[in-house]
Amino acid sequence: MSHWLIVPVVLPALVAGVIVLALRFDKLLQRIASIASTTACLAVGIGLLVQAAQGSVDVYELGDWPAPFGIVFVLDRLSALMVVLTSALALLVLLYAIDGWDQRGRHFHALFQFQLMGLNGAFLTGDLFNLFVWFEVLLLASYGLMLHGSGAERLKAGTHYVIVNLTGSTLFLVGVAFIYGVTGTLNMADLAVKIPQVPPADQAVLKTGGIILLLVFGIKAALVPLHFWLPATYSATSPPVAALFAIMTKVGGYAIIRVYTLAFGADAGDAAWLAGPWLLPLALLTIVIGMVGALAARSLRWLVAFAVLGSMGNLLVAVAVFAERAMAGALYYLLHSTLIAAALFLLAELVAERRGRDGDSLTLQPLPAQSDLMSGLFFLAAIAMSGLPPLSGFIGKLLILDGVRDSGAAGPIWATILVTSLLLIVAFARAGSLIFWKGRVVGATRESEELAGRSYPALPIVVVAALIASTALLTAFAGPVTTYLDAATDQLFRPTAYIATVLGTEEPAAAPTLAASPEGSPPEIVP
Amino acid sequence: MELLVASAIGLLFAAGTYLLLRGRTFPVVIGLTLLAYGVNALIFAMGRLHTDRPPVLSLELESYADPLPQALVLTAIVIAFGMTAFVVVLILRSFLEVGSDHVDGSEPHDPATPHHYPDGSARPADRPEGVGIGGGRS
Repeated sequence: MSHWLIVPVVLPALVAGVIVLALRFDKLLQRIASIASTTACLAVGIGLLVQAAQGSVDVYELGDWPAPFGIVFVLDRLSALMVVLTSALALLVLLYAIDGWDQRGRHFHALFQFQLMGLNGAFLTGDLFNLFVWFEVLLLASYGLMLHGSGAERLKAGTHYVIVNLTGSTLFLVGVAFIYGVTGTLNMADLAVKIPQVPPADQAVLKTGGIILLLVFGIKAALVPLHFWLPATYSATSPPVAALFAIMTKVGGYAIIRVYTLAFGADAGDAAWLAGPWLLPLALLTIVIGMVGALAARSLRWLVAFAVLGSMGNLLVAVAVFAERAMAGALYYLLHSTLIAAALFLLAELVAERRGRDGDSLTLQPLPAQSDLMSGLFFLAAIAMSGLPPLSGFIGKLLILDGVRDSGAAGPIWATILVTSLLLIVAFARAGSLIFWKGRVVGATRESEELAGRSYPALPIVVVAALIASTALLTAFAGPVTTYLDAATDQLFRPTAYIATVLGTEEPAAAPTLAASPEGSPPEIVP
Repeated sequence: MELLVASAIGLLFAAGTYLLLRGRTFPVVIGLTLLAYGVNALIFAMGRLHTDRPPVLSLELESYADPLPQALVLTAIVIAFGMTAFVVVLILRSFLEVGSDHVDGSEPHDPATPHHYPDGSARPADRPEGVGIGGGRS
């Protein structure tokens, strides 16, 4: 049992405490501590990823209580990947925020570290009730971050965000209570063993619990009709926080993938693949609402927020068919959409800053300062987001379309994804041409000349460029990445090694058998 | 006893849901609190209802009360308590900054009875036309 597994949770927690107590008045030390902690999390995460890529499942028993009596952290390919993605995104967002956003309110860095702790905890835990606790940790930190910098618009959106999520937390407990009532356990691996044994008389309670949990994860993942909090929250909060929140919707997606493949998977008897029939139509609706909303948006940030909603729909559609190839596509799309959503939220702020008073509203204004650079970045980011070749959005959508081919619902899914992609392209093309092209017609005003004469810090631009470059890397290394994701999917759909390792029913020697899976997917992957 | 406890939980949830859907933030917070009470009782009841049973597992005992739901309820109470404290501060702050305790941040418009915002204007200064999708209506 290696103790590295707990580091991504403990380290941010300790650093957050130190920042609050000792470094409260020193902004330089705060920034150094925050960046050092996030970098260390990323390094440990990459170490864990390399370890998980061998195909073994690692278990960390907190307090040395064996599962299912104690809480366990479990490392498999998917959780390692999510930890790395979280830390990488957090590091880039932090670099953007230290340009000044972190000083617009108090305790930004402490909240940021607590947020990181909550996210990593949620990705690593192997216990359903512990997942609830991590949800609360990350939500409480996110409430603070969301309101960072304050302002009436932000408080209004923040109130909605908090109330919606508190209701979600209550429902989470209801779902957990129902499932505990009929199975007597909350360890996810133990649930996978116990759920098939649930007698027919208790099936209704079990399924109700399962569907209520889907409702909760749907709120987090902004599944229509539970999405109303998302566009307002993402467009009202400060840009670095919105960029970090790109991973928050993915927590909901991750929870759906984890719970409904492990506990309600193929072996769950009567409750097998419980989520699919509910998730698929709602996910299709999410795509439509997201992309139509993007088309109707009146400011760049609303456009991006609705594009994020649509991308969650794409992701959840691929999850909802619960087929291996589609799931691998969903995971690839998850990586892509997190990075590009963060890039677009930050870019929207850079453009707004260079347009002056009217910010990012989609109205006819003089060209923004540095318009060549901004339009170049916007062009690339829009290509990636809307899924045009050659960037990773195209590959992601291609993998999803290919994965759902045998699912029986391929027709509606293909039609929805392809048509809504066109809508998003139109929305981005319209926004881009209005801001960077038609602005020429207006000519320069005194304000725009003054803005053009100003010098702008380079670091935020570098961060946005790095985020866009990461999607290019995701494209260039799509081969190794998808090989890893195929192996991760294989672990999800054949959880015997996971269950055996967590419950200690078999010697860890069982793990290598997974590597020799029928698909013959190579176990050694270096992404 | 089961019927009584189940009805009480149902009543708490019904009242909580009703209050949650109200237009003012204070009833909403009370609604959230009632929902939290309901869910605490629900978790507790999911360990089955017993009287006069020890809450520990021992080889000599023929039956016992499940101690785990009690631990879960304790966690849930602490979290709900903290969240309620936070949301009360948040809605107070929101009321002071936005100038309205309506959940939408502004009074619902009724053309028959003209009303005024706390600053005396017909619409809040911080709410320009077309704040976003569906945001143009006050």
